[in-house]
Amino acid sequence: MELWRSAVNPWNQEVLIGVSWDLMWAAIIVGAAFVAAHAVWARFLVPAAAAAADDTSSGLPSRILRHAMSERVFHWLMALAMLVLLVTAFFPVLGIQFAWVTIHWVAGVLLTVMIVYHIIHSIFWQDFWAMWIDRADVRAGLAELKNAFARNGRKAPKAAKYPVDHKLFHHSAGVAGIVAIVTGILMMLRLETPFWAANPYLLADDTWGVVYVLHGLSGVALITLTISHIYFAVRPDKWWITRSMILGWIPRSHFLEHHDPERWVVTEGDEPGPRIAAPRAEASVGGGSATSDAGASS
Amino acid sequence: MAVIRDMIPAFELFQPTSVEDAIALLDRYGEDGWVLSGGLDSFDWFKDRIKRPTAVVDLVNLDELRGVRSNGDGVEVGALTTLTDVATQPELMSSYGVLADAAARIATPQIRNRGTLGGNLVQDTRCWYYRGGWPCYRAGGNTCYAASPTAMNREHCIMGSSRCVAVNSSDTASALIALDAQCVIVGPRGERVVAAEDFFMRPSVDIERMTVLNPGELLTAVRLPARWAGQRFYYEKVEDRKAWDFALMTVASAMRMNGGTIEEARLAVNGVAPYPVRLTEAESLIRGQVPSDDLGMRAGDLAVARAQPLRHNDFKVPLMRNLVRRAVRGVED
Repeated sequence: MELWRSAVNPWNQEVLIGVSWDLMWAAIIVGAAFVAAHAVWARFLVPAAAAAADDTSSGLPSRILRHAMSERVFHWLMALAMLVLLVTAFFPVLGIQFAWVTIHWVAGVLLTVMIVYHIIHSIFWQDFWAMWIDRADVRAGLAELKNAFARNGRKAPKAAKYPVDHKLFHHSAGVAGIVAIVTGILMMLRLETPFWAANPYLLADDTWGVVYVLHGLSGVALITLTISHIYFAVRPDKWWITRSMILGWIPRSHFLEHHDPERWVVTEGDEPGPRIAAPRAEASVGGGSATSDAGASS
Repeated sequence: MAVIRDMIPAFELFQPTSVEDAIALLDRYGEDGWVLSGGLDSFDWFKDRIKRPTAVVDLVNLDELRGVRSNGDGVEVGALTTLTDVATQPELMSSYGVLADAAARIATPQIRNRGTLGGNLVQDTRCWYYRGGWPCYRAGGNTCYAASPTAMNREHCIMGSSRCVAVNSSDTASALIALDAQCVIVGPRGERVVAAEDFFMRPSVDIERMTVLNPGELLTAVRLPARWAGQRFYYEKVEDRKAWDFALMTVASAMRMNGGTIEEARLAVNGVAPYPVRLTEAESLIRGQVPSDDLGMRAGDLAVARAQPLRHNDFKVPLMRNLVRRAVRGVED
């Protein structure tokens, strides 16, 4: 298996021109293997979880807002852009031919705009540190790992708004995405547009080679990350999280099951939507409104 | 530019006697196989040592791919028919004169005696950066040296580029598009027929190929439909010298006339894009009109509306405008 492709430039120097497409297959295989291994592990080695217990006396509304509308719209638009980018990048390599270049860079520009929005939004309008990995997350993650491999039956500490595995995925996708965006913008300077003339000599050939390799590496990394993300999104035991990215809220029972109210403080006053199956006794809690932490990061 | 060496690197030579055997060989060698017909494009590549196929499949013994025959709905021209035969075959001269004209304008008599219609269609681009062995997009790299601010790109494209700005060099391509010809392709999975205008690959789809031929496939024939036989044709080739040169540009038109008006028209230009361009908007403009110089000028203006010349090929814009004008007007000055 080769890791990159190289060519001899007009000055007889061997320069990188991109990653080897072997890595694309490696990324697909790694993603598929992870999905298969996790599915087997989850099916046969993990004890069946009891249904999440509700606690109407908790003082919490029946629905807890997890993702505001703006966060959900951002997430799905970003997902769409990412899927378009992956399809336009790799389907032609797989032999499915179509005019991909324009679609690819337009989707890349849209993704860039959305990521810039997300960075600004998360810094100034959300709780930026909600996605930060702190010591409690490390402890929870280690406990989860011990439980997974040693099957000691001990329950890991409950998470804040975002479990540590979600944070790790966010940061991995973030790094890969930002590398892809920065290198992609540089590569766009080689295309003729109404705004600038193409200039392949902006950087030296070997520097361009590094840019292409980094773009390719981030692309193949995003294949594996996307496979794993979609896998968890469609798993029945994770569906309550996926549903929250559609509807915005999670049920109180799942909140109490998976989250530590001390670390994810649910503030009152926000109404994500009409309640369903809300116990009559708690209808007065929150004054008829479900509550949320409007300041949490997506 | 690459240094020409007279010794061609070794390869396995096959001379199959049937299309089936040729396809089997090409399928076996895939990307490492090379189809040889007239050899006029191939030997450049081999001598420059830029293309180094493992196996060369010489079609010299495939007589079934030679000649012009009626197929019930027009004629079928075998891909191995020489350009001399295309230029002089009586039925082609009388009914499909635009193709015979195009073939007659190619290179020299010696080259036309060796060169084939199929070879003329599938020939590689003449971009010297690419043919010089530079690692450009078309060669699998990530740079178009011809599109850079300092490039020599007088002969390159003015439209239709997508990273690569090389042009298609086939003289017969525009004539075949004007005739609404069909290209017959045979491969390991059987036969498929594609319209001539779809036979040429856009760089936005696959930047490393000039045609839609996949490895293992062979262009076996070109079909000319009866509905365009004997119509009003126009063909013109502009080159830097009167003979033995690649075209700067070619234009071809076919018009079905009803009285004095254009009932239906097909216009095609080559040498302006990485693929031959059919001018559908200009066709729509002239349909139902009486051919005239004014109509030709308007069609020419429309044809170049999206032209984006490079640093050294602005001249191609008025050249294309005037060629389209003359093709519509129908009189060669």
